[in-house]
Amino acid sequence: MANAIEVRNVSKIFKLYHEQYHTLKERLIFLRRSKRFEEFRALDDVSFEVEEGTTFGLIGANGSGKSTMLKLMAGILRPTSGEVMVKGRIGALLEVGAGFHPDLTGRQNVYLNGSILGFSTKEINHKFDEIVSFAGMENFIDNPVRNYSSGMYIRLGFAVAVHMDPDILLIDEVIAVGDEAFQAKCMERIRKFQEDGKTILIVTHAVDGIRDLCSRAALLSTGHLAAYGNPSEVIRQYRNKVSKTHTGEKIDHLTAVDIEKLTLTDPGGNPQPFFTAGDPMTVWAELVTHTPVEDPVFSVNIFDAAGQHIFGTNTALRYMGTDLAPGPARLRIDFDMVPMQEGTFTMAVGIHSRDGKTVYAATDGNTSFQMRSLNDEPGRLMLPCRFSMDAPAIKRATG
Amino acid sequence: MSTVQDASVLVSKPSSPALSQRILRLWTYRGLLLNLIRRDLRVRYKESALGFIWSLLNPATYLAIFYVVFVIILPAGIPSFPVFLLSGLLPWTLFQNSMMAATSSVVGGAPLIKRVAFPREVLPLAAIGANIFHFFLQMIVLLGFMLIFGYGFLSRYTVLFIPALIVEVLLLTGLGLMVSSVTVYLRDMTHFMELATLFWFWMTPVVYPPYLVYDKLTRHHIPFKLALLNPMTPVVMAFQRAFYKTPSPTTVDHNGVVTYHHILVNQFHLSWYFEVLGLIALVSVALIWIGFHVFAKGEGNFAEEL
Repeated sequence: MANAIEVRNVSKIFKLYHEQYHTLKERLIFLRRSKRFEEFRALDDVSFEVEEGTTFGLIGANGSGKSTMLKLMAGILRPTSGEVMVKGRIGALLEVGAGFHPDLTGRQNVYLNGSILGFSTKEINHKFDEIVSFAGMENFIDNPVRNYSSGMYIRLGFAVAVHMDPDILLIDEVIAVGDEAFQAKCMERIRKFQEDGKTILIVTHAVDGIRDLCSRAALLSTGHLAAYGNPSEVIRQYRNKVSKTHTGEKIDHLTAVDIEKLTLTDPGGNPQPFFTAGDPMTVWAELVTHTPVEDPVFSVNIFDAAGQHIFGTNTALRYMGTDLAPGPARLRIDFDMVPMQEGTFTMAVGIHSRDGKTVYAATDGNTSFQMRSLNDEPGRLMLPCRFSMDAPAIKRATG
Repeated sequence: MSTVQDASVLVSKPSSPALSQRILRLWTYRGLLLNLIRRDLRVRYKESALGFIWSLLNPATYLAIFYVVFVIILPAGIPSFPVFLLSGLLPWTLFQNSMMAATSSVVGGAPLIKRVAFPREVLPLAAIGANIFHFFLQMIVLLGFMLIFGYGFLSRYTVLFIPALIVEVLLLTGLGLMVSSVTVYLRDMTHFMELATLFWFWMTPVVYPPYLVYDKLTRHHIPFKLALLNPMTPVVMAFQRAFYKTPSPTTVDHNGVVTYHHILVNQFHLSWYFEVLGLIALVSVALIWIGFHVFAKGEGNFAEEL
C-alpha cells in the first residue's frame, strides 16, 4: 500500500536568540554580536512512514518535538534538512479557528477560514449548511465572532476543518473541545474518517486512547525517534522514557505492571452503560505483571468532569497488602454504592510503592462513566436519607 | 516508496519549491486572495458610519487642499488644476498605500502564518488588491468631477489608463513581495518606507507639471530618460495624459497677455508612452521574479521569526 506521509531523515534546528535584534539600530550596534543565539535541535534525523488509510499515533512528552513534527507535516514549518512528503489534501486540527477575524460574522469567517485551508468558494458553498448545523450555530452565524463564547469559536473552527474532506487529518491532542454532545460528534466524525479510509495522524501524550484507535505509532523523545511500530510496544517505551525524565519529581514510573483494561460493572460482573445514584459498582482491572512487585499499593480514585477529586482510597489506607507475581491478574474493587448525581466521572486505578515514590502502573484517566439521577433531587450527591416524624397527625415514613 | 508525482503530493524541503510550483499553488489559493481582500475592506469600514465614503473623502480633501494652495495662494498656472492633480495623485496614492500595506502585511499576518500553511505571498498581494479596490472607488471622484464640470476628457490618449494601471500593479507586486519579506527580519522597514515614499512622492511629477522636469533636464543637456529611472514617473505621466486634456500651448486672455502652458510633455506621443510603459513592464516582471526569490529566501523562517 502506498504511503500517505513519508518523513525522511528530517532534522529541524531552531535558533534561540538571547535577544532578537529586529531594528536597524540594534542590528548596527550589535553587528559584531550578531551570533548571539543558540541552536536548538528540535528534531534529529527522524524518519517514519504513515500508510494510506491507517490511523497513526505520534506520542512524546512535552518538548519531545512532536508539535514541531506536526507543523512540518502541515507545511507551516520547513525542515532544516531532510524532507517530508505528504500525499493528498491535509486537514489540520492544530489550532482550529486560526484566522478568524473578530469583527467579521461567523458566515464571513467560515468562508475566510475555508479559503485559508485551501478550499474554493464553491466547495465552501456546498458544505456551508452542514458546517453550521454541525457547530450548532444556526442562530449566531450572522453575528460577529467577537461576540462568540470560546466554546462557540472552537466549535465553528472545528466544524470548518472537519467538513473540508481532507485526505489526511492531522489531530493535535487538544481536540477535547466543547460539551459532551459536541465531543461525541467529533469522535463520530473521526471514526467516519477511519471508515472512509482516510489517513489520520494523532499527536498526543494521553497514550491510552492511542492503543485502541491507532494501528501504528511512533515515539519521539527529545527530537529522536525512540520507538516506531506496534502501538502497545511504543506506549511501553514511552512509559519507560517518562520514568527517566520525571526523576526530578522523585517519582519513578516503571513498566513492571500494565493495566490492560478497566471495566465497570454491576456486582454480577455485567458491564453497565451508566449507573444510577445509589447503585452498587464493581471495578475490574486486568493486570499483566512483567516483573514481580513486592508489597504494591493499589489505589482507586474518582474525579468529576472538572477534574475535582471526588473520592480516593488505597490498600495502604485499608491496611491490606499482597505481592504481584508475573502473569495476568484481576483486581476487583467493590463499591456498595456510588452516590454521585447526574454527570460524567473518571475512574483511575494505580499501583505504586508504599512510600509513593515508585509508580508501577496507572490508568491515564480515560475511563469515564455516566451517572444518572433517579429523581429530581438537587445537589451533587445522593445520600441515603429518610424522613420521619413523631407526631400523631401523620404517621407515614418515607423510605 | 511512492514515486507518483501528482499535484496533490507536497514535498516539504529545506529550500523553497520551484517558482513554477509556487505560482501554481498561489493560483489554487486565489479564493483566499479574494477573501483576504474582502476581509481587509470589510474590517476597515466595519465600525465607521460613513463606510466607503471615507475612501472618497480622502482624494476630495487632497483636492481641496491643493486647490487652495496651488490655485489661490500660490498659483501654479495650471488650467483645470483639479483634473491634473487627481489624475496623477490617484495612481500615486495607489502606489504609496499599497507599498505601506505590503510592508506590514507579513508581520501583520503572523497569527495566521504560525498556525496555517498557505502560500505566504497572498498576504502582500491581498494588501495591494485592497488598495486597487480603493483606487477604483477614488476614480469615481475624478470622473464625477469631470462630469459635473463638463470636462471632456476622452481622447485617443484615454486608452493609456489601462496599460498604465497594469504596469503599476506589476511594479507593486514585485516591490511588495520584496519589502514584505524583508520587514520580517528588519522591522525598521515600516519607518523607512514612510520616509522613502514621502521622498518618492516629491520625486514624481504629481503636483508639479512633468514638463517642468523635462524642461529643466533638457536645458542642462541631461537626457529626460534619467527621470524615467523612477518608474512611477512614466506611470503617473501616462495617467495624466489619459485624463488631463492638454491645453493648447498658448492662450491669450482678455487683456491680450499670452501665456505659455507647458504642463504635460507634448512632444511625447502615444507610441512614446507605450514604449516606456512596455519597458517598465519588463523591468517589473524582472522585479517580480526577484521579489519571488527574495520572498522565498525569507519565507522558510517566517513562522519562527514572527
